[in-house]
Amino acid sequence: MSGPSDFQPSNPALKWIERRLPIFGLIHSSFVAYPTPRNLNYWWTFGAILSMMLALQILTGVILAMHYTPHADLAFKSVELIVRDVNYGWLLRNMHACGASMFFFAVYIHMFRGLYYGSYKEPREVLWILGVIIYLLMMATGFMGYVLPWGQMSFWGATVITNLFSAVPYFGESIVTLLWGGYSVGNPTLNRFFSLHYLLPFVIAGVVVLHVWALHVAGQNNPAGVEAKTEKDTVPFTPYATIKDAFGVSCFLIFFAWFIFYMPNYLGDADNYIPANPGVTPAHIVPEWYYLPFYAILRSIPNKLAGVVAMFSAIIILCFLPWLDSARTRSSKYRPLAKQFFWIFVVVCILLGYLGSQPPEGIYVIAGRILTVCYFAYFLIVLPLLARIETPRPVPNSIADDVLAKSKGRAATAASVVLALVVAGGLFAGSTQNAKAEEGGDTPPAQKWSFSGPLGTYDRGSLQRGLKVYKEVCSACHSLNYVAFRNLADPGGPGYSEAQASALAAEYKIKDGPNDQGEMFERPGRAADYFPAPFPNEQAAAAANGGKAPPDLSLMTKARSYKRGFPQFVFDFFTQYQEQGPDYVDAILQGFEDKPPAGVTVPEGTYYNKYFPGHAIKMPKPLSDGQVTFDDGSPATVKQYAHDVTTFLMWAAEPHMEARKRIGMQVFFFLVVFAILMYFTKRKVWADAH
Amino acid sequence: MNPDAATIAAGAPIQVDLTPIAEGQDIKVFWRGKPIYISHRTKKQIQEAQGVALSSLPDPQPDSARVKAGHDQWLVVIGICTHLGCIPIAHEGNYDGFFCPCHGSQYDSSGRIRQGPAPANLAVPPYAFLTDTKIQIG
Repeated sequence: MSGPSDFQPSNPALKWIERRLPIFGLIHSSFVAYPTPRNLNYWWTFGAILSMMLALQILTGVILAMHYTPHADLAFKSVELIVRDVNYGWLLRNMHACGASMFFFAVYIHMFRGLYYGSYKEPREVLWILGVIIYLLMMATGFMGYVLPWGQMSFWGATVITNLFSAVPYFGESIVTLLWGGYSVGNPTLNRFFSLHYLLPFVIAGVVVLHVWALHVAGQNNPAGVEAKTEKDTVPFTPYATIKDAFGVSCFLIFFAWFIFYMPNYLGDADNYIPANPGVTPAHIVPEWYYLPFYAILRSIPNKLAGVVAMFSAIIILCFLPWLDSARTRSSKYRPLAKQFFWIFVVVCILLGYLGSQPPEGIYVIAGRILTVCYFAYFLIVLPLLARIETPRPVPNSIADDVLAKSKGRAATAASVVLALVVAGGLFAGSTQNAKAEEGGDTPPAQKWSFSGPLGTYDRGSLQRGLKVYKEVCSACHSLNYVAFRNLADPGGPGYSEAQASALAAEYKIKDGPNDQGEMFERPGRAADYFPAPFPNEQAAAAANGGKAPPDLSLMTKARSYKRGFPQFVFDFFTQYQEQGPDYVDAILQGFEDKPPAGVTVPEGTYYNKYFPGHAIKMPKPLSDGQVTFDDGSPATVKQYAHDVTTFLMWAAEPHMEARKRIGMQVFFFLVVFAILMYFTKRKVWADAH
Repeated sequence: MNPDAATIAAGAPIQVDLTPIAEGQDIKVFWRGKPIYISHRTKKQIQEAQGVALSSLPDPQPDSARVKAGHDQWLVVIGICTHLGCIPIAHEGNYDGFFCPCHGSQYDSSGRIRQGPAPANLAVPPYAFLTDTKIQIG
């Protein structure tokens, strides 16, 4: 994109096209011959990583949309069916959901890199502003995508965010009605969000083209912050930058795969596995981690309108950055003071993210206010002031000089490693998905599960015993709507044969119809049927159970969690601990005590449970010793029942877990080998350039 | 992108029978997708609502402006927190009224904001008494 190319293809067919549409010349001049500074470090590979992420999100998103139903009554179920029934649906969904987090993770590094090396300065202002526009579009897209699964957090996140617009004076209410297409968040809202969520990525792709165009006109910035002057300062994009980017991308994919295959729910919120309910608000509404710093800014201001204005200003202020920072030296490498303030700013952003995930009370509010001031002070006071008072160190004469000097010192690499650690820490801090206040429930003890860890599989015996406990005890009140009898014969499940699954189905009476006479009738179950629910509808279930309907158990082990707290959740990332749900369910089943401890009373119609938040649970003690007999001689104790039924429910919540972990291992092996090959190829290619 | 005809039609007024609500109890009905609390206030709650000095309220409004004359015991409010739209819980908080679990706003027995980040009182929907025991919302 840097002017007409003199590239001529040799193939006659390509020549014919090239004379009429010089597209190969354009590609050649933009991505092959394009001169790129030879001192770029790995922070510059994030441009390629982001392009890949955008392509991946669009690709997985288009396929997901083929199976998704944008309707308030069906959306939640359709997402569950994607995960359970669509071929590799679990993989697509994990890639798309974790992909959004990875996309933001990469964009934050990309932005901090631009900030550190002054990539927004003349002549790259338009390039920078286009980047801010892409970021805003990403935020809108990410928010609307999060609404689509129509879980509790989807619904209430949508309610809170759309309500931000009601702060606009005079027109606020009409704007919000316009966004909703109704009088509250509902089906019309979901439909339009789906439409926009499908549209906006293509708008992003369009702005990305402009972003790359502007980049290729102004030329890339580089760590030294001096413009390329002679041929010695640059190397051709291909093979040099291409191979370096390929190595960067393959390393990033390893990080990405860790989430897809081993921690798919680490960055999500357990509440989003509960279907949206307009009548119940979750205790704490927490946005996805990538919005947390801005959420913290919103909440730290006591006035509603001012809070909303501050939140949006925190992003818009980035557009004015090229003029706020008028220092002539681009790279913070040569600006001793700016460098320190940059790191302080990074820490401020991470801390704001942490505060955004905490309940808005006491010390958190005060800290939030101080950090909000720091955030804005960096842009409005520190940067303009530094431009006037700071004496920068001398910059190298040329990029070639910088490369020569660098082969002596390796300080920059050390700084890079520190930045990597700090940003990674920010990701973990942001991932405190559970800002739920501890409502006096004890922490469930960690259990040993056969399915934990990267090699974990379900214990077949335990699954079969758990199914028995469900059938004989739980199913009296709890439905299991997303599990079909045929699933019992699926690979990675309880290990029954298809004939056994059909026989089990035939024990049930399933309501079908209407027949030719227009009447509903009952017939024996088939393998394709789902476990029948004990009550015809939620109201009947509630009426029969003291006013509170027993929840569906299909997703119970994923929909319940408890706060792990800092620094535990950081370790969880490395140990792949994700069994909060099973630990909690197991603990609840064993946590009933006949007599509440002295000084504690529970309301009429509720029972004391040690691990239930608030201790007063509507469910009476469901299991007692000897209630269910096992054929395989396992002990008939509550402890054993709880363990087995929890294992069974974990399988019900995630029937393809074994496939996920198995394929994950293969993908990991491939990616690591690929990255190593890329690294040595890159060294070979760059051998003469260093 | 404004609401379509069906949505508007579904938002037509609804009638609610008040007879089953005993003193001190409340029910939640949905109108236009919004939860509406109808509380049968106790004498104590009414006195508390009327006895507050208006100057101490963030959004000053006398109790008489929030209930229908002659029907002091009935409080009808939209159960949507005026901060960011969560649903406050009835009979919680320090003011014998509502407590919003999201960001800690507390409303009194007249649905007026007393503490927390919410800027305004809980909204009173348009409604009228058809008889002493029946109201029409909308």
